[in-house]
Amino acid sequence: MAKIQPPNLRESEVWKSIFRPGSIYRKGYKDTSRDRALATMNNVLWHLHPTKVKRHGLKLTYTFCLGGLSFFLFVLLTVTGIFLMFFYRPMADIGGAQAYTDMQTIRTAVFFGDLVRNMHRWGAHLMVLSVTLHMARVFYTGAYKPPREFNWVVGVVLLFLTLGLSFTGYLLPWDQLAIWAVTVGTSLAGYSPFIAKQANFLLLGGAIVSPNTLLRWYVLHVLALPFVLVLFLAVHFWRIRKDGGISGPL
Amino acid sequence: MTWEEVNKDLDAYQAALTAQTSSGVDRRVAEGRARRAGIRAYLKAHPEEEAAHAAEARSAAPAGAAAPAAAAVGVPAAAAATGNGGAVAVAAAPITAAVREAPLPTGNIPEPKKGAPDKHRLLAIVPPEGIQRVEREQGDRVHTWPHLLLEEFIAMAILFAGLLVFSSLINAPLRELANPNLTPNPSKAPWYFLGLQELLRYFHPMVAGIVIPTFILVGLAAVPYVDRNPSIKPGDRKVAITLFTILFMFGAILTIIGCFFRGPGYNWTWPWTQGVFFEL
Repeated sequence: MAKIQPPNLRESEVWKSIFRPGSIYRKGYKDTSRDRALATMNNVLWHLHPTKVKRHGLKLTYTFCLGGLSFFLFVLLTVTGIFLMFFYRPMADIGGAQAYTDMQTIRTAVFFGDLVRNMHRWGAHLMVLSVTLHMARVFYTGAYKPPREFNWVVGVVLLFLTLGLSFTGYLLPWDQLAIWAVTVGTSLAGYSPFIAKQANFLLLGGAIVSPNTLLRWYVLHVLALPFVLVLFLAVHFWRIRKDGGISGPL
Repeated sequence: MTWEEVNKDLDAYQAALTAQTSSGVDRRVAEGRARRAGIRAYLKAHPEEEAAHAAEARSAAPAGAAAPAAAAVGVPAAAAATGNGGAVAVAAAPITAAVREAPLPTGNIPEPKKGAPDKHRLLAIVPPEGIQRVEREQGDRVHTWPHLLLEEFIAMAILFAGLLVFSSLINAPLRELANPNLTPNPSKAPWYFLGLQELLRYFHPMVAGIVIPTFILVGLAAVPYVDRNPSIKPGDRKVAITLFTILFMFGAILTIIGCFFRGPGYNWTWPWTQGVFFEL
């Protein structure tokens, strides 16, 4: 009886069309210098990195992985945030505050809703912390010095955007904690010179924190600010590569 | 320059090609390696030509400070040479040729030149002798995979696991429905703004809410342009490090006070006797 040969998947046209020539998924991975480089080079995500990095950059006490973890938290917050968006309406007009009732639904009736919301909230606080600490690390290692001056400025913008994302998200539960924290936080804008009224109106969509504010901050939180943040992130990562990778050694 | 002109040692080329092909290497790779073997063999047999070539390369690259400029000149020359089929001569292009003024854009799409080859090579095998080398320190480097990627993965996994456990154990706060007519006591901003809220106790709102935050952001962005000390050694940066640490600690302490030491009426409270008035 003739033995039936299973088709070789790796030789199929479909497989070859997915993995480029030189991909480690074409002919298998051997632990050689060449395949190690190809593993980084031929992967769209790993390709953020160069194929080789300075050895001292691996030392945990040099970076504490803070930049990478901030990015990971951003991805995690995006994923959990998309999940929450399925169950949340940014509405609080007279006749029912859907935003708040949706929060209660997420906590009680949505499968894993409570867990995902907790992760989103704690992750957001953690991201503010990790971005701040990342900035401190960059300062202490002198990593803002030429040629990396501009990337530090981009980093300051990213810190500002992170705070903006966290603050806009803070309003969305529409509970007492949310509106009063936002009321206190935004009341300071009313003291801006010359444009106090305009600044307040721009931020709140009215004179006080209202359902208009909720819609405004929701759009900022789920679309506008993440979009801007991703743009600056792209520049930030690109400049790390262009400026010669990680700074140092000290 | 054609292929035959480059490969003068056909015997070495043929031998290498046979060896490469029989060992199962891809045809194009085998051809490239064979070509390199041919050139190597030829140059070995004619050391005087190699010396002349090296001298030519040196004369095209002015020594010292002008090295990067020379490298930049080398690039278009190399591109032109490789375009003609895996060539050796790179340094032959005079430096002045690179400095020419481009014509003003006319908006017309240029017609292809008569007799131009209808395909060009993006990559060609160039023997190391023919490359203008740019000096750059390799340094002590390790492969991103597995070393860095593994470290990143572990850090990520630990953070994710920690967050997952923390989130399953501790619920994020959700208080009663928002009520614009009922101000909670105390009313606090999110924790990262509590340093500023604390400053409100001491300064006019315009100073605490507008001037100082603007100053912090602009000051932070200006750090690399103010600190022109080129050294990154901590010993050479005592002033910068001290200043940053003081300001950072100042911010941290104000934030901690705002979080834990302020109670009803935003008055001073001791967290261990009067309790903590703080929610994340």
